[in-house]
Amino acid sequence: MAREIHGMVEKRGAGLWLTHVFMILGVLVIFFPIWLAFVASTVTQPEIVKPPMPLLPGDQFWENYSKALFSGVNVPVATMLFNSLVMAIGIAVGKIVISLLSAFAIVYFRFPGRMVFFWMIFLTLMLPVEVRIVPTYEVVAGFGMLNSYGGLIFPLIASATATFLFRQFFLTIPDELAEAARVDGASPMRFFWDIVVPMSRTNVAALFVILFIYGWNQYLWPLLITTDPEMNTIVMGIKQMFPSGDDTADWPVIMATSILAMIPPVIVVVSMQRLFIRGLVDSEK
Amino acid sequence: MEKRVTFRGWWLPALLIAPQVLISAVFFFYPAGQAIWQSLFIPDPFGLSSQFVGLGNFEYLLGDRYYRASFLTTAIFSILVTLCSMIPALFLAVIADRLIKGSGVYRTMLIWPYAVAPAIAGVLWLFMFNTRVGVVSWYLGNLGYDWNHVLNGGEAMGLVVVASAWGRISYNFLFFFAALQAVPRSVIEAAAIDGARFWKRFWTIVLPLLSPTTFFLLVVNVVYSFFETFGVIHTITSGGPQQSTTILVYKVFSDGFVGQDLGSSSAQSVILLFVVGLLTIIQFKFVEKRVHY
Repeated sequence: MAREIHGMVEKRGAGLWLTHVFMILGVLVIFFPIWLAFVASTVTQPEIVKPPMPLLPGDQFWENYSKALFSGVNVPVATMLFNSLVMAIGIAVGKIVISLLSAFAIVYFRFPGRMVFFWMIFLTLMLPVEVRIVPTYEVVAGFGMLNSYGGLIFPLIASATATFLFRQFFLTIPDELAEAARVDGASPMRFFWDIVVPMSRTNVAALFVILFIYGWNQYLWPLLITTDPEMNTIVMGIKQMFPSGDDTADWPVIMATSILAMIPPVIVVVSMQRLFIRGLVDSEK
Repeated sequence: MEKRVTFRGWWLPALLIAPQVLISAVFFFYPAGQAIWQSLFIPDPFGLSSQFVGLGNFEYLLGDRYYRASFLTTAIFSILVTLCSMIPALFLAVIADRLIKGSGVYRTMLIWPYAVAPAIAGVLWLFMFNTRVGVVSWYLGNLGYDWNHVLNGGEAMGLVVVASAWGRISYNFLFFFAALQAVPRSVIEAAAIDGARFWKRFWTIVLPLLSPTTFFLLVVNVVYSFFETFGVIHTITSGGPQQSTTILVYKVFSDGFVGQDLGSSSAQSVILLFVVGLLTIIQFKFVEKRVHY
């Protein structure tokens, strides 16, 4: 009987194959743009400008990728990769550090203005950087932080999403632990380092994955504040590789660059899938 | 919720929240305040002085044909992006959920596009549909369809919608898949015993059970298409042709940085601020409380 019901719910035989076929078709369609970019990054320019371009990789892999990495169009892609890495890690680490500290303060202390601060956090959840670009740009320019890593990083860690998240998590830490720490005469910071931080490890890792991708994929902000090609990040730098006039774009190099731009976040997402999914669910709640 | 056990002292917590307060104040509250303040003024063409106009900028905007068109464009764009990313995602999640073995492999492959930045997604789709070298546009040409998103506003809109929805399919898939896995097997089996076929079960049991996830994703995807698709639009169409893909966020950028019209750009920021606020309230009130099963 149980077997029969099982058979009714989960498909067997032909139905199962059909399910796999649908799934594979879906994956192929979703994957096609990435595949095409990869193929384009391994063939020569003449093969692309005379459509249709081939659908299987060519033999120009090293030529195109080394040209992109070491000479690029305006600036070597290696430089842009480095800038993106600094920006993404800076945003992820910076945001995690300041939010761990402030969440600890608002959960474990009673101090005047605590609720004001809490509502302040709540407000920052609502306002994406896109909405306040012009005045934020003026602030950054006023500090002389155009074309600097600080200018790339600070405005993007200003929203307090992570603080909110850590607050929710700290509230679930049993009171007995803080009680015990107090009885033992441990200082608040000792409690923070020895109990709170180790307990938050998984949350920190999950958040790191999400913030790394958030930072890496930024476009508008780096576009505004990095006028010096040496400071371009890879995601915004690609658009600058297209010629402005009627010239034909150097498609193999541009496509090699776009593949290079997606490798780090893809590695992070795929290799840390569990943490990534957890981080997604956490940060959206 | 509050902690019963807390530590004493005020200078230590003050020190701990100082970095956050400082950064939020300088890079968040001050600019947000400035946006509101500047929206009440019209600067003279040389940027030397500005004239207080009260709500004049807003009045002008609401009467402006281009701004109203941009509102409509944004509405169409975000509805299309939301539908084009949620329906395929739900479909893929439903079939992945039917597989006992192998769904992990498919999931890993379907996650990829999420990691691709919107701007890069824009470049990939631009490449496929490029009027001179694009593979898809070439095949379309062979079929007798003359694809040209540089001139045709409808085609431009279609292209930015697909390029924006593409990466979101992964995101929505993950949430739908997790929700489907959480549907109790016993409910499904009970329906199966009663003779309900797969699609009948899907419409009457599974889909209603998914409604909290669906509503959540609706709001999140609308927010995404409002704000995070700037990269797609900037790389593919730059708002054209004839402003047919100029969504509100793009207009803030083009009026503020390209047109140097700070008053209008700030007023637009403030309007967007209200839109985000509204969406956030909907997310908190409506999605959390009203959608029960």
